[in-house]
Formats: sequence, C-alpha cells, structure tokens
Amino acid sequence: MYGLRVTRGDRPLLDDISFAAPRGAIVGLLGPSGCGKTTLLRSVVGIQACAAGHVQVLGHPAGAAALETRVGYVTQAPSVYTDLTVLENLRYFSAALGLRGWRRENAVVRVVKEVDLADWADQPVGRLSGGQYSRVSLAVALLGSPELLVMDEPTVGLDPLIRQELWTVFRRLANEGTTLLVSSHVMDEADRCDRLLLMRDGRLLASCERSELLAHTGCASVEGAFMRLVRPGAGAASGTASSTASGAASASGRPDPVPVPTDSVPPSSGPETTSEPAYESAPASTPPDTVPPPTQPLFDGGLLPDPHASFFASECRGP
Amino acid sequence: MRTEYRPSVVTRAVRTARALPLTPGITLATAQRVLQQIVRDRGSVALMLAIPCMLMVILKLMFDDADGAFERIGPQVFGIFPLIVMYLVASVSTLRERTSGTAERLLTMPVQRLDIVLGYSLAFGFLALLQAVLATLLSVGPLGLDIKGPPYLLMIIAMLGALLGLALGLLVSAFARNEFQAVQFLPAGVLPQFLVCGLFVPREDMSDGLSAVAKVMPMTYAVQAAGEAARHDGVTGLFVRDALLILGCVIVVLLASAATLKR
Repeated sequence: MYGLRVTRGDRPLLDDISFAAPRGAIVGLLGPSGCGKTTLLRSVVGIQACAAGHVQVLGHPAGAAALETRVGYVTQAPSVYTDLTVLENLRYFSAALGLRGWRRENAVVRVVKEVDLADWADQPVGRLSGGQYSRVSLAVALLGSPELLVMDEPTVGLDPLIRQELWTVFRRLANEGTTLLVSSHVMDEADRCDRLLLMRDGRLLASCERSELLAHTGCASVEGAFMRLVRPGAGAASGTASSTASGAASASGRPDPVPVPTDSVPPSSGPETTSEPAYESAPASTPPDTVPPPTQPLFDGGLLPDPHASFFASECRGP
Repeated sequence: MRTEYRPSVVTRAVRTARALPLTPGITLATAQRVLQQIVRDRGSVALMLAIPCMLMVILKLMFDDADGAFERIGPQVFGIFPLIVMYLVASVSTLRERTSGTAERLLTMPVQRLDIVLGYSLAFGFLALLQAVLATLLSVGPLGLDIKGPPYLLMIIAMLGALLGLALGLLVSAFARNEFQAVQFLPAGVLPQFLVCGLFVPREDMSDGLSAVAKVMPMTYAVQAAGEAARHDGVTGLFVRDALLILGCVIVVLLASAATLKR
C-alpha cells in the first residue's frame, strides 16, 4: 500500500501527484509518451530526486534499504547484460539480491519458468528476439519475489501472443498478493488492470477503479474515457450520462488529484496533508465516496485547459 | 490490507551484511560476472594480453643497435603500457554498465557502490596480473632484458600500473557521456603523465613548473619505481615508497569513482 505525492522544482515533470493503491492489485499507469510516467515510477522505486513530497512504499519511504528486496523494477529499456546468457544474468542478479546456494538456483529456475524462457536459457541475451529480451529483464525483477513490482512499459512492442502470456503472469502474481504498477501508453492495456492512474503533462487526471472510471465518463472503453477526461468536447452526446455518474474522478483547472474512494489511505498521511494547504479547498472535504453528482458536466473546456489536445489525438484515437 | 507483511528470504539474508559498506558475496559475484563477460569477448582478452608483449618486442627491435637503451627504457615502460591498456578497457566497460541501466538497476537492489567498483577491480586486477606475468616473462626471457633487481618487482610495477589505469578508467566513465568521450579522456588525462613522467627527459632537466607537475602525477612514480628495480639489486626504500604511493592513488581514485555512482 503506498501513497505518493511528488512535486518537482523549476521545470515540473510531475506536479502534485497523490494516489494510493491497495495491495494485490494491478494498477495501470496510462498516459501519452513523455507525460512523466517513467519519472513517477522512478520516484516510487526511489531513484528519482524529488523536489517536494513524500513517497511511501509498503510502509517505508521510497528507496529505503528495507525495500531493496521487496520492490522489483523493470526499466523501459531492458537492463540486462547482453553478452551473458539468460542463466548467467539471472544467477548474477540473484546473487546481487543476496541469494545463495539452493535458494539462488530455486529462484532462477522459478523465474525462467514464469517468463517461459526455458528453451533459451543458455542463449546469450543479445541473440534473443526483442520480446524474449524484455522478458529476461522482467525475470530479473521477479527473482526476489517482490511484493511490489514496478514495470515501465513491459508489454510495449511485443506481439499480441506474448502480451497475452505476460498479462496472464501479471494476473497470477496479483492473485498471489503482489501489487503491480504497470505503465503503458497503449490504452487497451487498461482493460486488464484493476485500478487506473491516468496521467498527462505530469498531472494525474484520475486514480480509481476501472469500472468507476467507465461509469463516471459513460464510455465503453478506457480509451474513450481518457479522451473524455482530456477533451470534453469528444463524445458530448453522452454528457448527461457523465454528469449524473457518481463522482469517481474529477479534474479541474488546478491539477486536482481525483478523490479516490479509498479504503486504502496510507497510514502516514502527515507530510502529505501539510505539504499542500490548497488541497483542503478541494471536494475532498466531503468523504470521497459521498461526493454528490456534479450539477455541471465535469470536464468543461474552461475547467481543463488543454494546449496539447491535438498532439494527444494522434497518440490515442477516441472511439 | 489483503496480504500481511511477510519478510522474504532475501531480506533476512541481506540484513546481516548491512553493517559493512560492501557485501563480500555480492562483490565476488560481480567480479565473477565481469570476468564472464570479458571471457565471452575473446578478442578483447587476446588484445589485452598481447598488446604489452607486442610493444616490448617493438621496443627491443627499435633499440637493438643502441647499446643499453633497451635496458634503460624497457623497465620504465612497465609502468606505462599496462596503465593505458587497462584504462581503455575499464573505462569503456564501466561506461557500458552505466549507460545500459544495469548499474542503476543494481543500485535498486541490495548492491552497494563499493560492491560494483571492487567487483570490477577484482576482475580486471586478475587480468592485469596475467598481463604483467606474460610481459615480464617475455621481457626477461626471450627479449633478454637485463635488470639488476629481481623480475617480480617488474611484475609488481606492471600490476600497479594496470590497477591505476583501471581506477582512472572507472572514474572517467562517470564523466564521459559515451564511449567517444571516454576514449578522448585518454589523451587528456594519461598522455600528459606519459610525457612528463621522466621517460623522454629526466625530471631533473625539466623546467621547475613541469617537474612540479610531474611530481603530482602518479605515473611518474611508477616509472621511477621501475627504474629503481632495474638499477639496484633487491628492494630499495624508494621503490617501496613509490609503490605505496601508487597504491594510495589507486585507492583514492577507486573511492572517488564509487562516490560518482549515484542512485
């Protein structure tokens, strides 16, 4: 369980981001390229210098020594040694996690099976195909049986079959109690997540259950919902539906993190509430799940200035 | 909370080793992995081991007629060639580690910075040892390099030179954005030392400014120690002092390069 708020200095890459996620869920972090997804994930792992805010991961500040073995991180570009074989890579990284002897072999065999690379275990990673290559990187992250798995676009550029297989693996991990934070700029991946974080331009547009987002925006797919949050003009016909939906997500001119119906507010909310006084004027003053249906359509053009809408439209086409 | 906190096996294994700035097991595993990588690349290994030998042969042929010149120059280059060779290999391979994201990934694991730096040092130090033994055996044997001191002193100088090159390479990889820059740092950082180290002109004959510069360059001491080994039987005090100075430099530079590894 982790709550997170990051504000960064001179050129804000991430602006006032707050969210919490329950354990054992697949949380999809979605947004166009360059909107700050990687930065957000890096701050969850604790390798990003933050100007302000506090990131709490599994009850520790992000990057704490206690988390080094409990959080797995899969970078966007696969970071494994291309001149070593799959097994050599896995053996080394498991040693780097502090595993010894049979535990190490056990972990290596387990993850090789998990990512279905047994047939290529003795091949140098550099000779594998792109999909296999990134699966090696995923396998490394799985070595320590992490409780939180942070993955930066793990399925982008893979063929549909492998994506399907990977999502099966993700789902199984989640069922076993692992929390997964998966970023993607491909909106249809969102349909496989439990919870969604929608981002753009370093701001969080929504943080809620997938079904809530759909109900709120009145769209059939997350892609459509995302477009509605970004460009209120799109799909105006269903405007009445969205205005009566329960307030699961909200966005305004201010980058106002959506009041999530959280059963999972992080225990250490001290630094979060103090770091932004303006937040108190947000609708969060009423309990989030009892927010009355807005009388106005939520995502008015005037409320959500959108200088990059045209760029965005090419990135993900609405229905 | 759906699942309760369960300390994993890994957490317990690592917690015990936290008191040290390095974890011996991880350091050794790193050294092993670096060696594995180098051994995969047979071309590099062959070049690393053969280049100092080849240079010694060329030197011998060059000074074949000049009487005593090979005896004077030969030992001194033992402090120089391994340094340059090892610098290149170390800077490029650690640069690759930094730019490919693996270093960053390791630092999100219970790997500490000294684990990486010392792992590299151990692996390349082993190669440096092989290189030094080969070059010394070749020079003293077939090439007939005649030195007064025992040959193992030359090996020590070659080792220290190689370690210094390795440490400088590790440090430089922090400042170089790519391989081109890392290679460019060779003329910038190593060749000036090469020029003023006393190989071409004795340090006493240089201008005051230059000889002062030479005094703070670690390569000067490698060359001086090699000269000591060639001119005296047994180990002299100057040799020991120079060797310790170089070793001190190696340690300082290694610590500095560990500090440049950031999370």
